[in-house]
Amino acid sequence: MKRIAIIDYGLGNLRSVLRGLERAGAAVLITADADVIASADGIVLPGVGAFREGMEMLGDLKATVLACSRQTPVLGICLGMQMLMESSEEHGIHQGLGLVPGHVRRFPAVPGCKVPHMGWNTICIEQQDPLFEGLAQEEYVYFVHSYYVPAAPEYTVTSTEYICPFASSIRNGMVYGVQFHPEKSGTVGLALLQNFIEML
Amino acid sequence: MQPSATIMISCLPLFCMVLTKRIIPCLDLKEGRVVKGTHFVELRDAGDPVELAQRYNDQGADEVVFLDITASHENRGTIVDVIERAADQLFLPLTVGGGIRSLSDMQQILRAGADKVSINTSAVEDPSLISRGAERFGTQCIVVAVDVRRNFDMAAGGTPVAHPDGRESWYEVVTYGGRRPTGIDAILWSQEAEERGAGEILLTSMETDGTKAGFDIPITAAVSDAVGIPVIASGGVGHLEHFYEGFAEGRADACLAASIFHYGEFTVRQAKEYLAARGIPVRL
Repeated sequence: MKRIAIIDYGLGNLRSVLRGLERAGAAVLITADADVIASADGIVLPGVGAFREGMEMLGDLKATVLACSRQTPVLGICLGMQMLMESSEEHGIHQGLGLVPGHVRRFPAVPGCKVPHMGWNTICIEQQDPLFEGLAQEEYVYFVHSYYVPAAPEYTVTSTEYICPFASSIRNGMVYGVQFHPEKSGTVGLALLQNFIEML
Repeated sequence: MQPSATIMISCLPLFCMVLTKRIIPCLDLKEGRVVKGTHFVELRDAGDPVELAQRYNDQGADEVVFLDITASHENRGTIVDVIERAADQLFLPLTVGGGIRSLSDMQQILRAGADKVSINTSAVEDPSLISRGAERFGTQCIVVAVDVRRNFDMAAGGTPVAHPDGRESWYEVVTYGGRRPTGIDAILWSQEAEERGAGEILLTSMETDGTKAGFDIPITAAVSDAVGIPVIASGGVGHLEHFYEGFAEGRADACLAASIFHYGEFTVRQAKEYLAARGIPVRL
């Protein structure tokens, strides 16, 4: 059975991520222990809240994630995906992990378009990837975020449009990020988690 | 800062038509059991909120709200148990409201597996609860429930809202389940909630709640236009057309309903098929 470490660096609701991965057939641990993370077959970087606080809470585990990402698949979810980037402009400019080139931006204010982008929106597959194996070209998934990663052709796996087109999932080598919440996206999200486990 | 070496796809302003409008069934819980909704004859345990929520999930509900009407600290463990079971089985967003008065209440509910907490009376009595909650758990976690009632005494000085019959009123925030008027203007309060870090407004008009005559459109539209965060319309759905009005005329981002679904009059899917046929973007 594949072992997955969900990095526990704060408060967010990790229970659904845990159960979603378990349902997909993995042994899952929520942990802040660097050795446990280093010995896992896959790493999930979850995230709810603000960028700077998230990076601060990650603390010493930053080095662990950076080291592991060379040989272990990593899946960042929501803020976890944003933290994979080089930087974010959320409440000032803050450094991210820099595992994927690009910068996190705030949605511009457009009359009639509410921020946060909250609810079910469509992801459109830009490049075939095992993470989206078996899913349709367009699927609905659940988003909650006010900041986004601009779509860059090399790293964008799926794109979504809200106010502007953005990267709803990214990949750089074995490092994946999804802006939406697979653990809140019903059967589509569970299929994605299953795909992640199968690539380990 | 150096721009990324990658070529950015140009960021053209687009209308956000693709984000679908949400349909949210609300379950009232008392001591961990569903108060209404026992008309689902085929359920094994009609009073089990998790089984009912699962049913709504299967029908295509976009989120589920649990409202704990027991809301006493003695029964806290019961709702926590329900949330834990729901989070283990449901893979869609869950909001929990009722009796949440402190950061530790929020933490307990979120840790159990809820994605958002809804606060109402406690936020009016101590608005800093919104800011503190948003700072600690993130803006997206904090739903501010605003219960309102019309007040035709314009001398009292609220924001005027025009009604279809030509009259004008302002809307006053009410607390304790609608029993206590506060003198607070609903539109200004919604804006303050947004400034303090609310991620969403759940707007319930006591004028229409329980009437099955449709949402209170004038205040729904006014609040939706006054804030930059999503607004959930609540109170008064008796027919599918009311959902359409809530979105098209009330400009709501989501519609919440209870009895229309609980008593099996319509399924969530029927509501969404109806809306899709009338041109409202929904997830089917």
